[in-house]
Amino acid sequence: MAHTHESNTKRIWYVFGLLSIITIVEVAFGIFKPESLHLTSFLGTSPLNWIFIILTIVKAYYIMWAFMHLEGEKASLRWSVVGPLVFLILYLCFIVLVEGNYVYEVFNTGHMKWIF
Amino acid sequence: MGATVISHEDALDGGPGPLGATYGKMMMWFFILSDALTFSGFLAAYGFSRFKFIETWPIADEVFNHFPFMHGVDAPMYYVALMTFILIFSSVTMVLAVDAGHHMKKTKVAFYMFLTIIGGFIFLGSQAWEWKNFIKGEFGAVETRGGSILQFVNASGERVALADFAKVLPEERVQHTRDKGVWFSGESALPSYSVAEVVEGFKANPNILVRTEFIKDKQKVVLTREESLKRLEDVVYVVEGANMYRNEYGSKLFANFFFFITGFHGFHVFSGVLINIIIFFNVLLGTYEKRKSYEMVEKVGLYWHFVDLVWVFVFTFFYLV
Repeated sequence: MAHTHESNTKRIWYVFGLLSIITIVEVAFGIFKPESLHLTSFLGTSPLNWIFIILTIVKAYYIMWAFMHLEGEKASLRWSVVGPLVFLILYLCFIVLVEGNYVYEVFNTGHMKWIF
Repeated sequence: MGATVISHEDALDGGPGPLGATYGKMMMWFFILSDALTFSGFLAAYGFSRFKFIETWPIADEVFNHFPFMHGVDAPMYYVALMTFILIFSSVTMVLAVDAGHHMKKTKVAFYMFLTIIGGFIFLGSQAWEWKNFIKGEFGAVETRGGSILQFVNASGERVALADFAKVLPEERVQHTRDKGVWFSGESALPSYSVAEVVEGFKANPNILVRTEFIKDKQKVVLTREESLKRLEDVVYVVEGANMYRNEYGSKLFANFFFFITGFHGFHVFSGVLINIIIFFNVLLGTYEKRKSYEMVEKVGLYWHFVDLVWVFVFTFFYLV
């Protein structure tokens, strides 16, 4: 091991607390669904969905950085793992979701009925 | 060349390379990277189908609303939230085991590994219960010739189960089995009610309405009584619960994706538990004590955290968004 290991228990429990709070907030939002966030639209979906996605990414960050200990690894290892993931996932989502939306438009405006 | 005494695990594989991690740990990271892309592919495919059927996709809160010992109570999300906690907590015990490993505390590592394994089993059990509810279904629905799912609600919009209104008619339909046919073909188990029984029951109960798959203002559209009766003329199947062909919740792809993605994740959890058990016994046997390094615990730990990480995304995209 290149780096020395002091006990991280404090940090571990801190991150656990944080992840729990985020999950509780997500569930609370999911149950109460405030109308101003749920029924409005922002950048293609409701602000509530954006909140869920952002909180999920925050959770993923803490799991990878604290639990999987990426924060203690060399920057080169960190980048070679996280870089391809972020790039490819964004690219895939972009292509596939735009296509899905297009197919919806075709189904919706075409002369053939698909679900009736 | 003289014999070299190997006192450090790194020496076996040439020591930490430019990335500052041993070969094993680096390869675990790249395995996780590729597996993460596999899961992203599945979730993106789910997103594709959902965007494709954006107007008719089932609303997750209405599907996953069961909680143990609270039968008939509408409890959306609580159960999956509990499952998320179980998995996050088993991640915590795993990282505590890794931490104890760095300090060469064998009993502590073993204890935390044990807790992690228990957490994994509890999660798998919860997953099985979730699947059971999903497959069994609660209310039942009917399917039209065009593949649309129709559900039933009362005047105040609450869901009504088929059993609550279907009429029992003096008709008999026996399940066709392989041993009775002229050729080796059978059919799947018959639903509790026939189409005619549901339709007659609907006609006899004037306060029941049909709810379509279509979503307007984040709510499924409920038809008027006249529209409902007209819509029921097209019905060809009674659907109870879920299978690979159709499900009472709505879009057919919904159940397929549910089975495939949560199933694939559950399979990962299962193999994670198995690997954890192997490592747990190695810890007990003192393998890593002799090796003077608990890095193996760290490697399975990475895998276990990855499983947790995937669940965080499945939770968001299946249950929340």
